[in-house]
Amino acid sequence: MEELNSLFHGFAVISTPMNLGLMVLGIVLGVLIGVLPGLGGANGVAILLPLTFSMSPTSAIVMLSCIYWGALFGGAITSILFNIPGEPWSVATTFDGYPLAQKGKAGQALTAAFTSSFIGAFVAVVMITFLAPLVAKFALKFGAPEFFSVYLLTFCSFVGMGKGSPFKTLVAMALGFALAAVGMDTVTGQLRMTFGFQELMRGFDFLIAVIGLFGIGEILLSMEEGLEFKGKSAKINSKVVWETWKELPRYWATSLRSSFVGIWMGITPGGATPASFMSYGLAKKMSRTGNKFGTGEVEGIVAPETAAHAAGTAAMLPMLALGIPGSPTAAVLLGGLLIWGLQPGPLLFVEQKDFVWGLIASMYLGNLVGLIVVLTTVPLFASILRIPFSIIAPVIIVVCAIGAYTVNNAMFDIWLMLVFGVMGYVFKKLDYPIAPLVLALVLGAKAEDSFRQAMLVSQGDLGIMFANPLVGSITTLALLMLLWPLISWVLAKVRTPKVDELAAQRPVD
Amino acid sequence: MSDDKGAAHEDNSPAIAKNATVDAVVAVILLTIGAVVIYESNRLGSGWSTDGPGSGYFPFYIGLILCVSSLGILYQALVSKSRNTGTFATVQQTKQVASVLIPAGVYVLVTTFLGLYVASAIYIALFMVIMGKYSVVKSIVLGVAVSTYFFMMFEVWFKVPLYKGTLNPTGFLGY
Repeated sequence: MEELNSLFHGFAVISTPMNLGLMVLGIVLGVLIGVLPGLGGANGVAILLPLTFSMSPTSAIVMLSCIYWGALFGGAITSILFNIPGEPWSVATTFDGYPLAQKGKAGQALTAAFTSSFIGAFVAVVMITFLAPLVAKFALKFGAPEFFSVYLLTFCSFVGMGKGSPFKTLVAMALGFALAAVGMDTVTGQLRMTFGFQELMRGFDFLIAVIGLFGIGEILLSMEEGLEFKGKSAKINSKVVWETWKELPRYWATSLRSSFVGIWMGITPGGATPASFMSYGLAKKMSRTGNKFGTGEVEGIVAPETAAHAAGTAAMLPMLALGIPGSPTAAVLLGGLLIWGLQPGPLLFVEQKDFVWGLIASMYLGNLVGLIVVLTTVPLFASILRIPFSIIAPVIIVVCAIGAYTVNNAMFDIWLMLVFGVMGYVFKKLDYPIAPLVLALVLGAKAEDSFRQAMLVSQGDLGIMFANPLVGSITTLALLMLLWPLISWVLAKVRTPKVDELAAQRPVD
Repeated sequence: MSDDKGAAHEDNSPAIAKNATVDAVVAVILLTIGAVVIYESNRLGSGWSTDGPGSGYFPFYIGLILCVSSLGILYQALVSKSRNTGTFATVQQTKQVASVLIPAGVYVLVTTFLGLYVASAIYIALFMVIMGKYSVVKSIVLGVAVSTYFFMMFEVWFKVPLYKGTLNPTGFLGY
């Protein structure tokens, strides 16, 4: 049980008063970010990243990952009390959460949501504890072609598993890669696509893109809808919590199923949003009270919340073990690793044991702390949502501007952030997915490097992508994913298609 | 409380554009970007140089994917039967968005001269007065309070200096 030893070592690393304090601070900031419109896990972490530059990497990742857990918890609060999903992955939680709140059972709904979030995350962390070292060990044998095939699989999965037009997914991805290519070419030293502009020499920093696309874009969208917060009040006391907890074991099958759906969708870059919808749909089909879903069933909250949190947590596995993030937020954390001077990827498990196991241990502790914090402070966070939008909006724009500036200490980046904001607004309205764009921007340079190295080895022969069974099967799987929209279109022609009832409500993430 | 609510729920405001139209415009922009990427890749050398793949080798294919996919979107937006003829935004909604976006642009411009702290205080106060119809005193107090808080947090506690502007109005504080 080498993993358990390492894990206990990890607990020892993070159990300093400083780290525990940062953990609570991170959770509180995270819930705040999850509750506020325009700030989410990805851009919240991006904005706060510069504050951690002076900390040790372990303390920094503990705080930033806790912001992420907090944001995952926070999304549920707005969904249940205000019928406004604070995050895309909590859309499915509104289906049963808000009706429950209308019936006056907001406390029960929130307790169920938070507890299921915790369970989903817990199952996913247990999986990470035992699987991540194995994956990392396996990946140590990877060469350039293998890595490129994994990148290929990551991006093709977006096409295969995404909703909406596959062309739009491809465009978003290609745009991300194109933006990543701007600036100095790391291999030849040539300047690419700068067209003589000095500001472009640094290239496009993905943190700016994340802050603009998610932050400013979201504010513009909320503005258009004319936010009207008509919330239900929440009272959580120990009696409600206890009553709900007594009821929850009844849904163990749903919890377990949702955890696995979440883990699967988190490791493959399906993401938390599709996971929550898939799990809600499955629960609706398989539950005995499935026909009552949508009218305020606790099981209808358990399913999406467990899956979303499991997916959000599982997204850390490919980031840690392979250096390939499974979600935009994981991508921002990966960017953080690079800034703190750590090289993400399989070697991390060998060279930075303290860091890796500290992070994994903080996932256990952070989620537990998170559960306690949210259960005790819900009314406080709900009251933040009652602050009028005409105060919240300018403050969030200021926060985004500060965040964008601190990345490179450049005024130009603030302008860039506004441009990305408009882009995010238009893309969201036209159902372009944003996650592939961000991931392509983050991974662009590394994907290109591994592609070039692979081509160098084979002297330009693409056959190297099928040179051995491992790389061949990953590449084949990737191509299958890429062509999946075409395959399913042909299948639909042959048979009558199944109707996806939830398709209309599901946001393109 | 504020005027920015409610107004957007009047759905009788005329549409400014259809989804399909905006889709087509965006596709043309993306097609242009794709073409630029291909052109630039060719200039840098998209083929095989003496010591391996050239600088434009990888971006060339990216440009190609960009072009082909945006042509696909263009087809879906203009010709396909399933094109989305829904409303992209109504005039009312566009006004709402512009009412946030334009002040934000002005804010960034002012930041260039006055720095983040002073510009932020002015921006928050003006936004509250104009959009939220708050009293002038209340707005100024909150704007200054938020800016002061950020000043303490970044300059004093975390030692991360922010932009002070070309005119540097906060220079007398010594940070």
